[in-house]
Amino acid sequence: MDMNQYLDIFIEEAREHLQQLNVSLLELEKDNRNKEVLNEVFRVAHTLKGMSGTMGFSKMQTLTHRMEDVLDALRNDRFIADSNMVDVLFKCLDALEIYVNTIAATAQEGDEAFLDVVGELQKIMQNTGSGEKAENKASMPDKAKDIKKEEPAVKSEIVELNQYDINVIKRAIETDMNVFQIHVVLDKGCLLKAARAFIVFQILEKNSEVIKSIPKVEDIEDERFGYDFTVVVITEKTEEFFKQEINSVAEISAVEIVPVILDDLDSTEAEEEDFSNNDIDKIEAVASAALAQNNTADQHKKFQKTGKTVRVDIERLDILMNLVSELIIIKTRLEESSVSKDDANVESIEYLERITTSLHDAVMRVRMVPVETVFNRFPRMIRDISRELKKDIELHMSGEETELDRTVIDEIGDPLIHILRNSADHGLETHEERLKVNKSAAGNIYLRAFQDGNNVVIEVEDDGRGIDVEKVRKKIIQKGMESQEFVSTLSDKEVIEYLFKPNFSTADKVTDLSGRGVGLDVVKTKIEALGGIVEVDSTRGKGSKFIIRIPLTLAIIQALLVKIGSEKYAIPLGSIQEIENVKPQDIRLVRNQEVILLRDMVIPIVRLGNILGVPDAVPDEEKKSITCVIAKKGEKLSAFMVDSLIGQQEIVIKSLGKILAGVKYIAGATILGDGNVALILDVNSLAI
Amino acid sequence: MENKSLDKEIKQFVAFKVGDQEYGADIHKVSIIEKTLTTARVPTTPDYIKGVVNLRGEIVTVMSLRLKFGLPEIEEDDDTRTVIFKFNEALLGIIVDAVDEVISLKESDIESVTQITNDRSLDYILGIAKVEGRLITLLNIEKLITELLEK
Repeated sequence: MDMNQYLDIFIEEAREHLQQLNVSLLELEKDNRNKEVLNEVFRVAHTLKGMSGTMGFSKMQTLTHRMEDVLDALRNDRFIADSNMVDVLFKCLDALEIYVNTIAATAQEGDEAFLDVVGELQKIMQNTGSGEKAENKASMPDKAKDIKKEEPAVKSEIVELNQYDINVIKRAIETDMNVFQIHVVLDKGCLLKAARAFIVFQILEKNSEVIKSIPKVEDIEDERFGYDFTVVVITEKTEEFFKQEINSVAEISAVEIVPVILDDLDSTEAEEEDFSNNDIDKIEAVASAALAQNNTADQHKKFQKTGKTVRVDIERLDILMNLVSELIIIKTRLEESSVSKDDANVESIEYLERITTSLHDAVMRVRMVPVETVFNRFPRMIRDISRELKKDIELHMSGEETELDRTVIDEIGDPLIHILRNSADHGLETHEERLKVNKSAAGNIYLRAFQDGNNVVIEVEDDGRGIDVEKVRKKIIQKGMESQEFVSTLSDKEVIEYLFKPNFSTADKVTDLSGRGVGLDVVKTKIEALGGIVEVDSTRGKGSKFIIRIPLTLAIIQALLVKIGSEKYAIPLGSIQEIENVKPQDIRLVRNQEVILLRDMVIPIVRLGNILGVPDAVPDEEKKSITCVIAKKGEKLSAFMVDSLIGQQEIVIKSLGKILAGVKYIAGATILGDGNVALILDVNSLAI
Repeated sequence: MENKSLDKEIKQFVAFKVGDQEYGADIHKVSIIEKTLTTARVPTTPDYIKGVVNLRGEIVTVMSLRLKFGLPEIEEDDDTRTVIFKFNEALLGIIVDAVDEVISLKESDIESVTQITNDRSLDYILGIAKVEGRLITLLNIEKLITELLEK
C-alpha cells in the first residue's frame, strides 16, 4: 500500500508526541513517582510504537518498543526512575527525534539503529529482571487483569459501564440470559478492518443484543479503531457458539469471551459503601481512582477536540491570505472612487468594508499559533545547558498562550535559543560566585511573552551579573570600531548597542554554547527581518533583560501615507508616535546632528527627501512649517520630515521581489487604491 | 518525427528595439509584454533600475535597457513597451523602445560573437542573427537576471 500520503501526517503527529514526551520526561525528572506522568509517557511511547510500526519504520518501532518495556515496568512499580534512567529516556527521545527528522528529509528512517540506547534500555530491564519475573507471576492468575494490562485503552473504558447498562445487564441475568464481554483482535495485516468488523457485528446482531461497543459502532464503521474492539452482548447462545462463529470470519487473530457476572458490577457499589466507612486508605484509593477517571475524561475531551480540527498546509493559508489582500486593495479602490454621495453605494461599500475586516481577522486568527510551540522546547534545552555548565538554572516561563503569526513562530525560535544560551552562559554567574554575592545558588531565567497593542513582546531576563559596560567600552576601542574619545561620550545604553554589531563578542573564553563569533548581530538581523526590534536592559550585578518586540501580523497593517515630492510612501502606524509641525528655525544642531526639542525631549531629525534621494522633494528651507512624523524604534524617537500627509490606510505588505530584496530603507511595497505602488519605509533602518 | 526535429532546430525570439539596435530574447523566458506601467522609484538603487510596478497584484522590478547599456534616456511614447521576463522565480521588466515581432531562427542563423561589437551590452549577448539583412543581437536574459539577483 502506498504510505506516502500519510507521511506528512505521521511526521507532524510524531513531532507532537515527541514534544509531549519531552514535557512529561521533564516532569518525571522532578517527580519520579508521579503515576499520571508515567502513564502519559507510556501512552506516548505506545502510540509512537504503533504509528512507526504502521508506517513500516521498524528501527523506530524497536526503539519505542524497548522504551515501552521500561516504562511499563516503571508504572507498575517494578522499579523507580532515577536520574540515570531519565537520562536514558531523554536519549531515546533524541534518537526518536533524529529518526523523525531523517524521515522528514528522506522519507526513510535511515540506517542508524541507536544500539547504544537500546542496549541501555535493555540493561535497565536486566538489572531488574529477577524482581520483575516474580511480580509478573504474582499477577498471572488474574487473567482479566492481564488483558487489561496489554490493552490499556480498553481497560479504562470497559469499566465505564453506566448505570443504565448495569441495570440492563442485571435484568438480563435475572431472566437467565448470558452476558458476555467479547474482545475481538483482528490480524495486523488486515486491510479492510471495517469490513471484517462489520461481518463480526452481523454475527453478533443476529444472535444477540449488543449493548455496548468500544470503540463506538460508528467509529468502527469509519475504521477509526486499532486492531481490536470490545463489545458487551446479551444473548441466549453460549460462549462456545460465539467463539466458533467469530473465528470463522477471516483475518481474525483472537477472540476472547469473558462472561460478565453480576458480582463484578456489585463490587463497585460495595466500594462506594466502604468509602462511607471513613477508612483513610480507601478514601485515597477512591480519590486517586476518581482522578484517573477524570484524566481519561480529559483525554477523551482532548481527543474529541482534535477530532474537530483540520490540518491545513500553511501554503494554502498563504493563498487565502493573498486573496484577502487582493480584496482589501479592491475595497480601498472602491472607497476612493465613490466620491458621489450616492446612498446605496456608500452603504454597500461600508458593508463590504466590515466584511473584509472580519474576513481578514478570521484568516489572521487561523494563522495564529501560541508561542508555546516554540517555548516548549526550552525547558529541555536549559536542563541540558545547566548540566553542561554545571550551573543550577531555573527557567520560569509565562505567557505561553500568547499568539503569533505562524511565519513569525517559525523564525523566532533560533534567536530565542541564542539569547537564552547567552543568558545561561554569560549572564548567570557560577554557583560559587552567586553565593558570594548573596544570591540564591540557582540562577533564574525568566521567559515571558505578552501582547502589547499591535506587538507581541518576548522578554528574556536573568538575575545574573549584568553586562559589564566598561568591558564593552574597552572592547569597542580594542577592536578599533570607534576612537577612545568617541566611546567616552557614549551613554551606557549606546555602548550596549554595540553588542549587536557583527563580530562583537566579549566572552573571555569561547565555550561550546556561545561566543562562536555568530553573535547577537544575527539575532538582531533575524528579528528585524520579522519587522521587530530587540533591546537590552541591564543592571550591573542584578541581571540583564533582552526585550524583543514583534508586530502581530506581517501581512496587512494600518499605515500612514505620506508624500515626499511626487512620491508616496507608507509608514507603519504601529511605529508612529505622533505628528508634529516644526518651524525651520526651531531645528538645532547637537553634536553635528539636527534635532528638535519636543516637550523637553531631544529628537534627531531625518530628512527623508535627502536620504531617499527624492528628485522633486520640496526643499525644507522653502517651507514655513515642516511636517514631522515622530517615529519610534523601541524607546527611541526620530522625527521624519515629509512634505505632506495623505492619510491613514489599511495596506497589504508585499515583498519587493527577489531582485530588490534587501534594499536599504525600504521594508516592502504596497498597492494603492489607484493601482500604483507605494513603498513602505523601514523605520528601523531610517531612525537614528 | 519531422516536426520534432524542426522544433529542435528552430528557436523563437521576441525582437525589440533599443536605440538603433535590434535585440532578440528567447520567447520561453518572456512572461508577458505590457504597455508602459507606472513605476515607483526605489531609493538607493542604480539609475537603470526604474523602480517597481504593479503587475496584477504582483510587485515587479523594472529596468531600462537604455540606461543599462549606457544610452541616453528618451521620453516614453506609444511604442514603448515593458517586456516582463521570468527566470528562477524572479520577475524582471525591461523597458524597450518598441517590440517588433516574434522571429524564428535556425541554429545556423546564429553566429556567436567575440569581437563584432564593443559596446557595454557585449556581456549579455548570446549571439547575433542575420534575418533578411537585419542584424539582431540575441540577449542572454538569464545572465542579466542572475547578475541582478547576486547584487
